[in-house]
Amino acid sequence: MTAIPAVEIRGLRHRFGDHAAVDGIDLDVRAGEVFGLLGPNGAGKTTTIRVLNTLLPLQEGSVEVFGYPVVARMAVRRLLGYVPQQLSIEAALTGRENVSWFARLYDVPRRERKVRVEEALEAMGLSDDADRLAGTYSGGMVRRLELAQALVNRPALLILDEPTVGLDPVARGGVWERVEELRLSTGMSVLVTTHYMEEADALCDRVALMHLGRVRIVGRPSELRRSLGVAATLEDVFRRYTGDTIEGHEVGKGGLREIRRARRTAGRVG
Amino acid sequence: MRSAALAGPPAASAELRAPAVWRRFPSRTATFCIVELQKLSHDRTELVTRAVQPVLWLLIFGETFNRIHAIPTGGIPYLDFLAPGIIAQSGMFVAIFYGIQIIWERDAGVLTKLLVTPTPRSALILGKSFAAGIRALAQVVVVLVLSIILGVALTTSPLAILGTVVIVALGSSFFSCLSMTIAGVVLRRDRLMGIGQMITMPLFFASNALYPVAVMPGWLRALALVNPLSYEVDALRGLLIGTPAHLPLDFAVLTFSVIVGVVTASSLVDRLAR
Repeated sequence: MTAIPAVEIRGLRHRFGDHAAVDGIDLDVRAGEVFGLLGPNGAGKTTTIRVLNTLLPLQEGSVEVFGYPVVARMAVRRLLGYVPQQLSIEAALTGRENVSWFARLYDVPRRERKVRVEEALEAMGLSDDADRLAGTYSGGMVRRLELAQALVNRPALLILDEPTVGLDPVARGGVWERVEELRLSTGMSVLVTTHYMEEADALCDRVALMHLGRVRIVGRPSELRRSLGVAATLEDVFRRYTGDTIEGHEVGKGGLREIRRARRTAGRVG
Repeated sequence: MRSAALAGPPAASAELRAPAVWRRFPSRTATFCIVELQKLSHDRTELVTRAVQPVLWLLIFGETFNRIHAIPTGGIPYLDFLAPGIIAQSGMFVAIFYGIQIIWERDAGVLTKLLVTPTPRSALILGKSFAAGIRALAQVVVVLVLSIILGVALTTSPLAILGTVVIVALGSSFFSCLSMTIAGVVLRRDRLMGIGQMITMPLFFASNALYPVAVMPGWLRALALVNPLSYEVDALRGLLIGTPAHLPLDFAVLTFSVIVGVVTASSLVDRLAR
């Protein structure tokens, strides 16, 4: 069976001024797989995702989501669920109101709305806390609430940008667990960016390693590791193909902004 | 398994679920208004704190000028003349700082998520501007009640009350678009606060809210003529205390201002997303 790919990117290039944040990449995400986009900050992951979800205009190349070109913005937006890197919920609304808000923005029909909101909350384990103001949630709960917001649309493709950044290890595990359950029970396609190599190794069907705006290699985590030897990790694979460590660019491009943002998030989440 | 219902059939639903374009604007506007009411229901302190200023205007300024008869109001008590002006002003004060919310949402990352929902930019701004109108209306109810307590002879006609709601909503909607436009230019809360502080009083004084246009010097009269607040006050006076007003003109000017405001603010909203 040849299904339409969830994502098809050809020759994507995106510049900010003189700097090419994404410098000519090709990528395919197959329908139903969990695909990891790996690389340090400044590798071009977030820019790629922002072109994919229509936040940035397409400058050069072609990008399609389930056969719809991204220039057909409204059609593409209806197919997507998006959880940005930053923890972002409306703290002055309850958990349920936050999800219901997005159900309306995605035109979930009124007669289905209530049920779908409850399902999304339940799937993320938030039913008991749904009537509390979201401002009182922990970081991990906020992340799960964001997943519920993204899921209420029943997206065909779920895009997660650094879903576990800034969370403690327990909360990180919790988030991955939910994503794994979702994938098993729904078969939706998931595109996730991360720079936690162990997490990508455990969860993703296939990964692409990005570095300085280019895709260096694509493959199954196990195959990539095996190609380097028995004890190799994805970290080793990354070093092999980029001549760099994943942490090497941690405070590179937009480093200060990232740190500020992380601090702000931490401050808000408490 | 219940969560099986959470996934859509891959790719099938992009067009199926899309409602007609003409339905999207009222639907989004209703959504943002509902969210605003929900927020308001969780925290009502703002309603009280924001009521302090109008109270001072009506109680101190209004009562004093009511006695000295310094302002020609065409035979009606000054307090009655002033009340619609203060109603418009309190709505404007709420709206003029509404852009702070969009900057807050940008800083909190919520705006990014709103912008990737199937919501045209103009529907987003229109929705938010009417949400500002809702918040302003809640404020206006407080001032209305206050005016009645102070003995202002307000209308009891349901039609006039409905007209008041529409006019306040339009006026506040325009001023919130102005605020979101400034937000799209300055991109920072503190700057928006500064500019908001800077323009509210001139907008208020260069209008017919406190005194009739007829007593103004020529240059101020010219400013009042291009100030949407003047049209809002004119309409409110006509509706609430029955002074001669230019309702069709007021309505047309306010509607036109909202359209210009929505177009301008929505052309700048992408700047906030970067």
